[in-house]
Amino acid sequence: MPEISRDEVAHLAMLARIDLSDAELDHLAPQLSVILESVASINGVAGDDVPPTSHALPLTNVFREDVVVPGLTAEEALSGAPAVEDQRFSVPRILGEEA
Amino acid sequence: MTATRTEDLMPFDDVLEAYDPALGLEVHVELNTASKMFCGCPAVFGGEPNAGVCPTCLGLPGAMPVVNGKAVESAIRIGLALNCDIAEWCRFARKNYFYPDMPKNFQTSQYDEPICFDGYMDVDVDGETYRVEIERAHMEEDTGKSLHVGGSTGRIHGADYSLVDYNRAGIPLIEIVTRPILGAGEKAPAVARAYVAQLRELIVALGVSEARMDQGNLRADVNLSLSPKGSGTLGTRTETKNVNSFRSVERAVRYEMQRHAAILSGGGSILQETRHWHEDTGITTSGREKSDAEDYRYFPEPDLVPVAPSREWVEELRGTLPENPTVRRARLQAEWGFSDMEMRDTIGAGALGLVEQTIAEGAAPQAARKWWLGELARRSNEDGVDLVDLPITPADVARIQALVDEKVVNDKLARQVFEGVLAGEGTPDEVVDKRGLAVVSDDGALGAAVDNAIAANPDVADKIRDGKVAAAGALIGAVMKEMRGQADAGRVRELILEKLS
Repeated sequence: MPEISRDEVAHLAMLARIDLSDAELDHLAPQLSVILESVASINGVAGDDVPPTSHALPLTNVFREDVVVPGLTAEEALSGAPAVEDQRFSVPRILGEEA
Repeated sequence: MTATRTEDLMPFDDVLEAYDPALGLEVHVELNTASKMFCGCPAVFGGEPNAGVCPTCLGLPGAMPVVNGKAVESAIRIGLALNCDIAEWCRFARKNYFYPDMPKNFQTSQYDEPICFDGYMDVDVDGETYRVEIERAHMEEDTGKSLHVGGSTGRIHGADYSLVDYNRAGIPLIEIVTRPILGAGEKAPAVARAYVAQLRELIVALGVSEARMDQGNLRADVNLSLSPKGSGTLGTRTETKNVNSFRSVERAVRYEMQRHAAILSGGGSILQETRHWHEDTGITTSGREKSDAEDYRYFPEPDLVPVAPSREWVEELRGTLPENPTVRRARLQAEWGFSDMEMRDTIGAGALGLVEQTIAEGAAPQAARKWWLGELARRSNEDGVDLVDLPITPADVARIQALVDEKVVNDKLARQVFEGVLAGEGTPDEVVDKRGLAVVSDDGALGAAVDNAIAANPDVADKIRDGKVAAAGALIGAVMKEMRGQADAGRVRELILEKLS
């Protein structure tokens, strides 16, 4: 029976940069448990004759030719950026790490 | 900020008394495909910022990736050259993290199912062969490039904000990961260097990447741990990034061995963390701790179908592999007539490919070896760069030797030609012209200098007249001095003997 603890939900929220209040955690953690349980019920119908899969399409090897095709202009690429400098995306300083 | 903080280091020999090192290397190879890994943008870094991007590599909503078939082919060829098994079926995975150089907020990579696994590479170090086991080689994509503004050195500490160019984001990368390399002992730094250098040579032979470490086409992360001597255990490791040359790989391993040993012997424990190599000061500094940041929540990439290379395709690609490196080294040694020592030094200097190309450009094998392992090795040490990153090509070296062979310059002047080419003064011929280095073999100019030398050294001249030909050396020296080294010594000798016979 999959269970997800309140601490685990808090950890996942942190990794996903979702700021959850204590009240939201109390509310959402049990809900996530229910969702996991529901999905896990698939295990009940999967027999030995059903191979596990991670993909719904019965396809493999869908490849592109290695050719360059036009993309966006720099102006188009930067059009949605909150801040631009020197034709680059300007982002806040990154703390605690070196690039 | 220049990193100068010094940590306690144990003398290298003492480290080996007490500890066994375990190495692990992760090398990223940027492929030289025309287009990116999952979209048709040009796989060219540099140029006008953010002009080589599209919705897919910018991670805009609704954009769908499609795998570059050529990149898969290159990945399989690298795997085969590293004696790997090629997966019959594998898939991509999302590696989730937030960092401005990754606009999608995940990197499309491979996780539990790499395309290549269980290989090895035999590495020559000082005439001994070490078998480096390859755990895996997988496909992924490069990140964008951040420029940090406001910090004094362009590094991130002290930066006020960063400017990001996504032209590089999505360029195909192959990450090659070794198993722990054990038992190298005092040779651990040299083994690490030799592995990266010889891997680079293999990648160049495959023609799948420009493989320039100084350009970031080839990047090495160095994992190192120590365990008490003979314990057979593995200690806590650190992962050193930003190691951008062969010699830095060697130095970083050595430094971390000494740093770990000092901590462990003092009763401390190693923090599992990322460290950053500083080329200028030759030290590593702490990056980030590997804790939550390592929780990438990998999951199978839903937008890409699995890759299932047919055995026919794999065998076809096996047929395109370059000569096995061990076979190649033996063949080249025989062709060039190098002694074991000469061959070992050439490989050790990372000069095998450079010497081969110089010979292909017309130089004699011993001449090619002499310049790369002499004059140029000296310069690379002085400048702290790898031979391959010196601003001189094998064609230039072959041309300078040709100038020597044609007696346009002598060996001594040739050194000035090297200096000029390395200083960016142009081709060897242009340097000879601009610096006026050509040797004088014109009898008129030489004759006058010879006459002066004879007049100034009557005693020596008499000896030569009496048949003591060996004394000519003193007169040749005087002529060379007057001609500032630019005289054809052979012709000067002939003229002296003619005049005094």
